[in-house]
Amino acid sequence: MLEVSAVTQIFGGVTALENVSFSISKGDITGVIGPNGAGKTTLFNIITGIYKQTAGRVILEGRDITGLPPERLARLAMVRTFQNIELFGAMTVLENVMVGMHTKSTSGLLACALKMPWSISEEKKIRKGAMKWLEFTGISELADHTAGSLPFGKGRLLEIARALAVGPRIILMDEPAAGLNSHETLGLAQLIKQIRDLGITVVLVEHDMELVMDICDRIIVLNLGRKLAEGTPREIQESKEVIAAYLGDDD
Amino acid sequence: MAKPIRNGFESMKKDFFLFIGFSIIIMMAPRFFAGGYLMNVLVFVGINTMLAIALNLLLGYAGQISLGHAGFYGLGAYLSGVMTTTLNMNPWLAMPLAALIVGCLAFMIGLPILKLKGHYLAMATLGLGIIMYIVFNETIEWTGGPSGLSGIPSLEIGDIVFDSDVKNYYLIWSAALAVMLFSLNLANSRVGRGLRAVHDSEIAAQVLGVNARLLKVEIFALSAVISSLAGSLYAHTMTFISPTSFGFNFSIELLTMVVIGGLGSIYGSFLGAALLTLLPEILRGANDYDIIIYGALLILMVMFLPGGLVRGIPTLYRKIVKVKSEANHA
Amino acid sequence: MQLDQILQYTLSGLSTGAIYALIGIGFSIIYNATGIINFAQGEFVMLGGLFTLTGLQLLHLPLWASVPFSITATTVIGILFERLAIRPLRQPTPLNLVIITIGCSILIRGLAMLFWGKDTHAIQSFSGDNPIAIGGATILPQHIWILVVTLIIIAINKFYFYHTISGKAMRACSYNRRAAGLVGIDVRRMVLFSFIISSAMGAVAGIIVAPLTMTAYDVGVMLGLKGFCAAIIGGMSSGISTVIGGLILGVLESLGAGLISSGYKDAIAFIILLLILFIRPQGLFGKADSERV
Repeated sequence: MLEVSAVTQIFGGVTALENVSFSISKGDITGVIGPNGAGKTTLFNIITGIYKQTAGRVILEGRDITGLPPERLARLAMVRTFQNIELFGAMTVLENVMVGMHTKSTSGLLACALKMPWSISEEKKIRKGAMKWLEFTGISELADHTAGSLPFGKGRLLEIARALAVGPRIILMDEPAAGLNSHETLGLAQLIKQIRDLGITVVLVEHDMELVMDICDRIIVLNLGRKLAEGTPREIQESKEVIAAYLGDDD
Repeated sequence: MAKPIRNGFESMKKDFFLFIGFSIIIMMAPRFFAGGYLMNVLVFVGINTMLAIALNLLLGYAGQISLGHAGFYGLGAYLSGVMTTTLNMNPWLAMPLAALIVGCLAFMIGLPILKLKGHYLAMATLGLGIIMYIVFNETIEWTGGPSGLSGIPSLEIGDIVFDSDVKNYYLIWSAALAVMLFSLNLANSRVGRGLRAVHDSEIAAQVLGVNARLLKVEIFALSAVISSLAGSLYAHTMTFISPTSFGFNFSIELLTMVVIGGLGSIYGSFLGAALLTLLPEILRGANDYDIIIYGALLILMVMFLPGGLVRGIPTLYRKIVKVKSEANHA
Repeated sequence: MQLDQILQYTLSGLSTGAIYALIGIGFSIIYNATGIINFAQGEFVMLGGLFTLTGLQLLHLPLWASVPFSITATTVIGILFERLAIRPLRQPTPLNLVIITIGCSILIRGLAMLFWGKDTHAIQSFSGDNPIAIGGATILPQHIWILVVTLIIIAINKFYFYHTISGKAMRACSYNRRAAGLVGIDVRRMVLFSFIISSAMGAVAGIIVAPLTMTAYDVGVMLGLKGFCAAIIGGMSSGISTVIGGLILGVLESLGAGLISSGYKDAIAFIILLLILFIRPQGLFGKADSERV
């Protein structure tokens, strides 16, 4: 599904990622973990076209996507969420998700402004599709609220609904459980599994180990910009290197 | 949590009736003011409404500032003026042609200029506006330079010649209402949502597949086209144009209209345009000093009513009512 | 003959360029300390000239007293500006800052018009008007004043930023405002300082240029924009790059006006401005920042 090969990122002399390679198979939930500063978010930013890496390639479904801008990646069915949710605060919840349907519609500027018949029917389709994703994430009753007024947990669900509206085959989530209470985290775990059941490959960066161990099929561990380990949750839990990296190896 | 702000279908119906009501009032207005000098001022309110809406599409929806819009306005006016006088072209042909030229030009300039952000974009568009202003002044063989271009033909439909204030009023306001409806439709569409999304979080919009860069350039070009049309209409209704109408100060006046009315509100742009066009007429004695008022208005609006009059007045009203009721309880 | 002309244009270009440089550094200082492009920078220049006029004509002060009076008065306006318009701003988004500094700019201009009228005023040269011959060209004593004063200001500036505590603190703010705050630098004080310094510098520029070009309530617009252009060429540096930027601009403008067409003189600065912004937004001499979002 997604293959990262020999990615290196250097920021003005500081090596944030060094020769990181791994591949993610279709239909899996993969967790990327590692201590602070391990390079997880940098890795996400490279995969999703926000940073341009110093070296290495990213391959999505057999296609080299190295250096493509984020808006092209959305059309290739890859989408992401952000650590500190990036909502369109001045728009309604429903409108936020409707923006997610952007690539699924084609009406241009003039067609929209002149309310051509096809753009009206497309608008209806977008609205219906967006409602569906709000129902999927369980926040449809908030459709007409402004997104900026949502509590953090609901905002997180909205961001996921919005990402799903793009119709992704792979979704990358940057710390989806950050800022959620334990009850909300449980719901999130459930939701991520449901997303996987739709046939969407999920990759997440996460600090909440319980969540990661619970839902991930595979785990990739980064430390100081390098890949430290890769395997099933069980293998990772038993890996001495991983434990050392997390606890510090003074001994 | 905030109350729901709108419910899709209901609000569409409401928007529609609001627009119809607004149009009826606008079209009835000459019955009450006809003949007076006010008619002439109201023609200007119409032109400025178009311009303010054009700038608002860019500033209020896409969040991109332009301090050079007077330039596009002037370019439309001069292209129309030159093509109909020197080249003897029919005004109805000259106007769309001018708009097309301005649109293409804006698109090409938009590609590099909209890569810039915030303060830099403001300065670059400002520079662009001033370059255009200098060109209006210096290409004397075409534009007549500082002394202006006269003898621009009025528009005609069949036997009707648009040469009186009342006729011009209907002409300009038909165009202004069309621009308004066009912009209202755009705001609540796929493209309008894309723009607002770019405004709130460019990166998130891109991740969702919105081509932010192209969209910004498109709206910049559209905004220039509307300004150009307003300029052409201005040229044909006034039959005389000179560079002073299209300078830096007018770009600032347009900015003030948009900010006062409310960023991202189409009716707000009308309100801002009406207020700033009527204000100098009310303060006729203090003619030269209107820039003091613009300056003070800009500062006060940003400080105290960042949402503009359209959103500010209801909020202010609620606050006053609340303070009063609290005072009554005490 | 032709060569003499070029020399003449270059010399007068250098002195206007020095003025642009001073204004440009004013822009850069505020920008580096606050991230704000102060659209009212040109108004400080205008105020410098007009307050000197007030000192000379209204208060009947001698020139040596009018100059400090003018600098002080302009600086007070700079302080008021920061206190009343910038500091109280609740949502300091770039857009709001652009609008508010534009608002201040036209408000100051309007008040100046109210106070000094719409006429253009002449101010006496500092030391006479007898031209001095250099090669085949001549310059006025005022040109020399401009170049010397600019040099002195730049030297003081350099000393301040590299050898005084508050100057160093200000540089720290320009590198990273948050970090500067965390190590105990009073960032808001530095913002105020930046307004003080750049309004004073603007005033000096306005004072030394006034005898050459005359002054009026509306000279600030163009001078401010040209100064900004100098700062952009210099990559918003508050040092030598902006000085060079100003000089390049001044000379190009003067040559363009003399050899091509005086009508398009002002357009030259803006074409350069747009080209630099499009092609090398980091300035002519700057290195590109490593691309981070």
